[in-house]
Formats: sequence, C-alpha cells, structure tokens
Amino acid sequence: MTQLFKMAFRDLGRNKRRSLLSALAVSVGMALLLLMAAIVDGEMRGALENTIRLESGHLQIRPLDYNENKTSLKWEDLIAAPREVIAQVKTIPQVTEATPRLFASGIVTRGENSSGVQIIGIDPASPANQIFRDGLLEGDFISAEDREGILIGKPLARKFNLKAGDQVNLLVNKSEGDVDEQLFTVRGIYTTNTVGYDERSVFMPLDKAQAFTGAGDHATIIFITLQDREQADTVAAALNSSTLQVVTWVKMNELIMQFEDFAGAYMVVLYIIVLGITATVVTNTLVMAVFERTREIGILSAIGMKAPRIMAQFLLEGALIATLGIVGGLIFGGALVWYFTVYGFFIGDMGMTGILMGDQIYAHLTVGDTINLAIAAYLITLVASLYPARIAARMEPVEALHG
Amino acid sequence: MEVTKIINATRVFKIGQMETHALRGVNLTINSGEFTALVGPSGSGKTTLLQLIGLLDQPTTGSVFINGRDVTKFNRNQRADLRRGTIGFIFQFFALIPTLTAYENIEMPLLLNGMGAVERKTRVNEMLAAVGLTDRAHHRPDQLSGGQQQRVAVARALSINPTFVLADEPTANLDTENGRQVMDIMKKLNKETGVTFVFATHDPRVIGYAERVVTLEDGMIVGQA
Repeated sequence: MTQLFKMAFRDLGRNKRRSLLSALAVSVGMALLLLMAAIVDGEMRGALENTIRLESGHLQIRPLDYNENKTSLKWEDLIAAPREVIAQVKTIPQVTEATPRLFASGIVTRGENSSGVQIIGIDPASPANQIFRDGLLEGDFISAEDREGILIGKPLARKFNLKAGDQVNLLVNKSEGDVDEQLFTVRGIYTTNTVGYDERSVFMPLDKAQAFTGAGDHATIIFITLQDREQADTVAAALNSSTLQVVTWVKMNELIMQFEDFAGAYMVVLYIIVLGITATVVTNTLVMAVFERTREIGILSAIGMKAPRIMAQFLLEGALIATLGIVGGLIFGGALVWYFTVYGFFIGDMGMTGILMGDQIYAHLTVGDTINLAIAAYLITLVASLYPARIAARMEPVEALHG
Repeated sequence: MEVTKIINATRVFKIGQMETHALRGVNLTINSGEFTALVGPSGSGKTTLLQLIGLLDQPTTGSVFINGRDVTKFNRNQRADLRRGTIGFIFQFFALIPTLTAYENIEMPLLLNGMGAVERKTRVNEMLAAVGLTDRAHHRPDQLSGGQQQRVAVARALSINPTFVLADEPTANLDTENGRQVMDIMKKLNKETGVTFVFATHDPRVIGYAERVVTLEDGMIVGQA
C-alpha cells in the first residue's frame, strides 16, 4: 500500500500543472456546493424566521371560522375580550409572550396618491412587537394611548414621500361594512428589511384600531411566542378550545416548508451538474494519464501486477486528487460561506405571497451539510476515477507493452 | 530438466479481415540453466515466441508447459501469478518505472511477491551489487544511462529468483560497450545462479554469447545449433 501510495503521489507529480488543475476543478466544485447549500439554507431559514417573527409567531389563536385571505371585522369573526384570553394563555410556562392583533384593510391616500394597506392594531408595549421598535428609522414608536399616530414602513414612506410628523389620510373598512376615514400623523417610520411586509403594514395602537374600525373589544388573532418552537404542538394541545382554534407555526408556514422541499430537490439537480462537470475533468485527466503510461502498465502487468492492483493505483490517484481538491474546496468555500454568513448579500424585494424574505440573505451552513457534501464530492471523484482505472486494469500486457 | 516446452504452437493475429501467421507450428523445449538465443530477421516470430513462453500471450493453437505444467488455458490472473514468481523479463526498451528509483524498481516484483521488508532490502542490495549499481541505488531512470537502466532491468528480472529470464533484444538500444556489459552480466549470472536465459536477438555479437541458438524464419523454427 505504501508503494502504491508513493507511486500514485509521484505519478501525479509528473504533470503537476494538470494534476493541480484537476484538483482545482474539484476545489471549485466543492466550494460551489458549499456556497449553494449555505445560501439556500440561509434563505429558507431566514424566510421562516422572518415569517415567524413578523406574521405567524409560534402559535396563533384564531376564531374558528378564520379565513386568512379575507379580513373580516364582523364581531362573530373575531376573538372577543382578547386580554382575558391572553391572561389564560400566559399561565402556560412555555409561553414567552402573547399579544392581540387586529387586522383591517384600508387605503392610505395623500394628494393624488393612494395605496392599499393592512392596518394592524397592536399592543405597542408587547415584547413581540419589539422588532418594529428596533426597526424604527425616524420619529417615535406609537404608544397605547396614541389616538392619531400611526407607524408606516419605509417603502410606503418613500412612495408617498413621507417623513415623521407628516399627515396622511387613512380609509378603513369598518366592522359594520361601511367605511370611515381619518387624518393620521406618521409617528414613526420603521423597517423590518422585508420590503413586501413593510410596504403594506401600517401599525396603530390596538385600542385606536378597535375604535376606528368599530371592532369593539375584539382582536383578529392572538400572536404567541414560545421558549422553543418545538414546543408548539404541546402548547397547542394545552390551549385546546371549543370556541377558538390554535394553529402552530408549522401549519401556518406550510408554503415555506413545501418551498424548502422544492428548493432541496432543485439543489440536488444543481449538485449533480456541478459534480458531473468536476467528475468529467478528473476522468479526462486520468484517461490521459492511462494512455500516457500504457507501456508502464504493460511492464507492471508483465512482472505480475494483477488487474485489481493496477486499478487501485489509478483509484488512489483519483483519491489523492479528490483529497487535495476537497481540502482546497473546504478552505475556499468555507471562506466564501463565512463572508456571506457575516455580511450577507442584498437581494431586494424577493418576497412571494406567503413567504416573507428579508432583503438580505445570510448564508447558513451546518456541519452535517458540509460533511455530506464533502463525502459526496469525494465519492463522485472516486467514481470518476473508475472508468480510467478500468481501462488500465483491462489492458492486455502484450498490447500495453507495445504502447 | 525442462523449464518450458512449446508444442506445435501457432499464433494468428487478425486485423480486420486480414490474418497474420506469426507462428506456424513451433516446437521448442528449454532446459534448466540454458543460455539460449532466438535469432532470425524482423517478423520471424522471435518476440511472439518469447511472449508465449513468458505467458504474456496465448497461442492460437498448441500448448505451453512451464515446469512440466500445462499452462495453455490459464486465465489472466493465473498467468499473472505464474509470471510474478517464475519469470523475469528484460525488454528492448529500458522498461523501468520512471517514478521509482533503481532500488524501488528492483524491489517492485519482490513487493508483489509479498516478501518481508528485511529480506527485501537484503535481496535488492544483493542485486544492485551483482549488476554494479550500488552507488546508483537511489537514482531514478532518467538519471541513469541506457546501459545502467538495462542493468537495473536485469537486476529486477533476477530479483525474484526466477525459473527463467526472457530478454527481448536486450542490447538493441545500447551502444557496443554497454551492450557488452549487459551481456557479460547476464552470462555471469547464468553461470553463478544457474538461472535459465532465453533471449531474442539479431545482433551477431550477442549471438556469440549463446550456448544454443534457435533460428526462426516466417514463424517456424528452421534451425538449432
């Protein structure tokens, strides 16, 4: 084995440039695999976390007939006395926060411009809404007592050329089916770095939203966060009610899960393409080596080296190229992944209906994925070495000796 | 004692529709300790006959015996096993592995035979001394002259204590002096170790070393002396 290893190592050294280029192909392939896996994982992870933080929470309590595609403000479609429900929810130890939200559809108008928005009545003091407070770009956050202030997102502010302190007209569909409008002051402008969400979400205190829409002491949903999202099923079971439904983040984010599965399948195709190109380079290198060394194969065969050992010789050369390439790929790809994990990259508004993607993707790579991809690249390179190794092993000594 | 015997061997090569009769019913027996030359013009079948004796090729018809055993129908692996422990080869071109040193080239067949490290080292050093290349042990082929390379090939062929050594035009690519040196070493080792040598040549100076000369023409043995 030592001799085989020594020969394989020296044989690769005969044409250093070619061997290094082959290893480089494996390195680039490996780095690409890592980067692609990290970006897709980061994208999916970011979208899920974003959606949980902004929209779904870990659990939601909803009215039994809740329809997320229709914003109904009829009292029978809302949760009555939400603060009482929340008081009960908060008795469960795994619950870190429960807060009411009231949704209403409205239209912002200013001068000639208008835009459809979702008005969200929130409890400004709730830690679940800290994300909007943290994202405040200018002005102040709304307070529970505020009756004229609203919070608008950066894209909407840009569209209407608004700044904190400016006034806009807000028209709302009311509980009774009629509409009402009122002049509001832009108390603050926020960003969650999720363009699709920020351009349509206008916040006001829950009490004001209830009064403005005629919803009385009602909320559309109770937004709940837990210590650990894996506790969702357990807590949902504990909150079981005959008059309200409890929905977990898994159920609410089915589209993201499906999209993740689709992305996973799509990535496998991309992996195969990248590894296929890498494998072709390695095969080509070793086939050239076999034909250049035909006479040597004949000599080794003549002195009694059997086909499996000749095959092992070329497989070992493939393994050495794979090792060098994969180590290089891990270093190069690791550096790229690190950069995009720390700094991310801007994608702008890539959100889709039901999926809230941030405008920045941060790469995320697990040790498991890294190991799996390294093993896959290693095995593919070995498989790529099989064809030239078989050519070498099947050469008849008498023909090989003639070169 | 006969080490190899060829009975009525033919070898036909087919290239497309064309058949070339390289050997046409050859009968030959080589006895232990012989120093035999196969002579004849190019295309007479010398190399083909050596390849049959060396189990690098198989006859189209006829039989090949090694040490009294019929090996005609041996498969590829059986032939490789037999070659590894029984037959030494010296080729016309300096058939060394370019990435290995002289020492490692001689060591290779011993490794394939599974010889232990200590025994191997002793044997390689003995062979290097026998061909006068102890001081060139760690040189690679491209750092050796043609004559030195062929001497390494002789040492490699003899390292396994073969039953016989087959040499195909061993001096064809050497100048007179180097050719003489290689033949002197082969002859000396034949005398000292008793190993059988069969070599193909058409060089009259080399034929002079042979104790027995087998002449081939058009794939047939036409004379023995």
